Amino acid sequence: MTRYIIRRILWGILLLILVSALTFVLFRVLPTGDPAKLRAGRLQNPKVIAEIRHDLGLDKGLLTQFWIYMKGIFLHFDLGFSYYSTASVKSLIFNRLPATVSLVIGGAIVWLFTGLTIGIISALRPRSVLDRVSMGTALVFVSAPEYWLGLIVLYLVSADIGIFRIFPGAGSYVPLTTDPWKWFTSLILPWFVVAAGTAAIYARLIRGSLIETMGEDYIRTARAKGLTERRVVLRHGVRAAINPILTILGLDIGLLLGSAVLVETVFNIPGIGKLNYDAITHSDFPIVQGTVLLASFFVIVANIIVDIAYAYLDPRVRYS
Amino acid sequence: MSAGGPLLRVEDLRVEYPTEDGVVHAVDGITYEVQRGRTLGVVGESGSGKTVASLTTLGITRGQGARVSGRILFEGRDLVALPEGELRAIRGNEIAMVFQDPLSSLHPLYSVGFQLVEAVLAHRDVSKAKARERAIEMLGLVGIPDAARRVDDYPHEFSGGMRQRAMIAMALVNDPKLLIADEPTTALDVTVQAQILDLMERLKRELDMAIMLITHDLGVVAEMADDVAVMYAGRIVETASAELLFASPEHPYAWGLLKSIPTLSAPRDEQLVPIPGSPPSLIHRPSGCHFHPRCPYAQPDHARIDPALQAVPEEPGHHVACLLEPLTRRRLWAELRAGRMPDEALAAVVPAGGAS
Repeated sequence: MTRYIIRRILWGILLLILVSALTFVLFRVLPTGDPAKLRAGRLQNPKVIAEIRHDLGLDKGLLTQFWIYMKGIFLHFDLGFSYYSTASVKSLIFNRLPATVSLVIGGAIVWLFTGLTIGIISALRPRSVLDRVSMGTALVFVSAPEYWLGLIVLYLVSADIGIFRIFPGAGSYVPLTTDPWKWFTSLILPWFVVAAGTAAIYARLIRGSLIETMGEDYIRTARAKGLTERRVVLRHGVRAAINPILTILGLDIGLLLGSAVLVETVFNIPGIGKLNYDAITHSDFPIVQGTVLLASFFVIVANIIVDIAYAYLDPRVRYS
Repeated sequence: MSAGGPLLRVEDLRVEYPTEDGVVHAVDGITYEVQRGRTLGVVGESGSGKTVASLTTLGITRGQGARVSGRILFEGRDLVALPEGELRAIRGNEIAMVFQDPLSSLHPLYSVGFQLVEAVLAHRDVSKAKARERAIEMLGLVGIPDAARRVDDYPHEFSGGMRQRAMIAMALVNDPKLLIADEPTTALDVTVQAQILDLMERLKRELDMAIMLITHDLGVVAEMADDVAVMYAGRIVETASAELLFASPEHPYAWGLLKSIPTLSAPRDEQLVPIPGSPPSLIHRPSGCHFHPRCPYAQPDHARIDPALQAVPEEPGHHVACLLEPLTRRRLWAELRAGRMPDEALAAVVPAGGAS
């Protein structure tokens, strides 16, 4: 098991290097604004631009630049500096991380809870009115893009522009450490929007998985033992049906931590996604590189955690 | 009901499932008894309603859209009419069940011990430690070596035979009065089959319980059963003591079953005779005698008349649902037993053009 984990971590590091190389090349091959020119602003004389280019290290060869970048990461955990604000990318990311983590983890709790509840109820009464209504609603939420749903929600119930002024709207995010209650209320709408589509998918997944599980022989055995139906469903049915869901949960959380761009932008939450979005509009390459690396890091870590968790959740799975 | 009455008496039990293709008549008015301390073998092909009949006894077919009618009297209580809560108290406690495939019947994510403890705690108000002791004791009783250690193993860490032993331990953990075993040896190796049957036989004697053994295997019935019920297309077509059934079977379907298995005592060149055709659909059942399309001795009017279970003359306790004359049946079986093929037997007993 330990050997397996070490091997997975080494592969993960290799993958991160490959991802960095790919973003590095992409950014230079694809037509974007020249960072030096953007930086020069209105003083567009070649000498100034060449100077800036030299300062940013853009006059060196591509390989040399990449080498310097990798060396920085491995030796000093240094992700470089923003072209735009000259702040260190590392500090920018760490400042923004709590907001994104709040959004994603809170959202995950909401979607897991609602998705499981709806999915289980639907599975136990397939083709009932409740099942049809919840699966129909689920379909609507799956199909609704986050930015659209976000705007609709703001238009309906946000405290500033809403028809019913109930919840704090866009730009109201407050860090947890500043004011926990305001932090909580400001995230209610974003959590709902992040969770809506995913909860719908989870509800459908758990419904399918549980319907299949409830037909298994061991469920019949559980009933024949004289267990209560509640225990048969929750301890025997859901316990077996939930494993595939947990796999996706890990991946979804990992993915979202690096790419909650749409929701963060709509609700103006100062998170990683927002940082990335702004960086792209400014051709701020080091930040883009840093956030992409972070996103891949989360996905890889989530993957490893899911695999390890699997060995504990399913005794039949043993890694060697 | 007095202590002398049957442990289980099923009267005119019917189980029907409405489906999109029509109503499935899985069990169609069967009546049988299981006596205390005895083994009833229920024999029939796949799809003859054996399993549904047994699951209905435990009330597990409820809630699956099944329509159940008739009576299932267990020590005088009618299980069909019993509310779910009271039925649950009987399930796994007074009546327990063992299934065909032990691997898929045990929960893969829980240890064997957990699953036994759970069965104890469902019916007994004891501590977890006590329940675990009981689980280990039962695993030892069914012959799991080093039970105190293996109790924490998962089903996939057991061999096929051990899994079925664990299933039996789980079924018997609450000292049931009736054990329903649904094809308990079908999924096992032949050598293991014999061990499991021996185990059940031994436990039946030690724990003084009755067994309802559901199987398609007449060899298993010969080994285990005191009484036999032969099922075909959701009905019982013949009941008798095991001795009588093997010595003088009355139903052509029972003849077919007996002639289609090899025996060591039969002459080496004797041919096995399969039953032609396949079991009928339980949605669109054949008219008249349900067996007539596959019966080599069927007469034209057998497609119209539906036979009822009737006592066999001079053989108390032997019942058969067949339209052939008792004498004709006796002579046909005599011919078959002498090694003749069904058409030869028919020609010998019923001269050409004659009716039964």
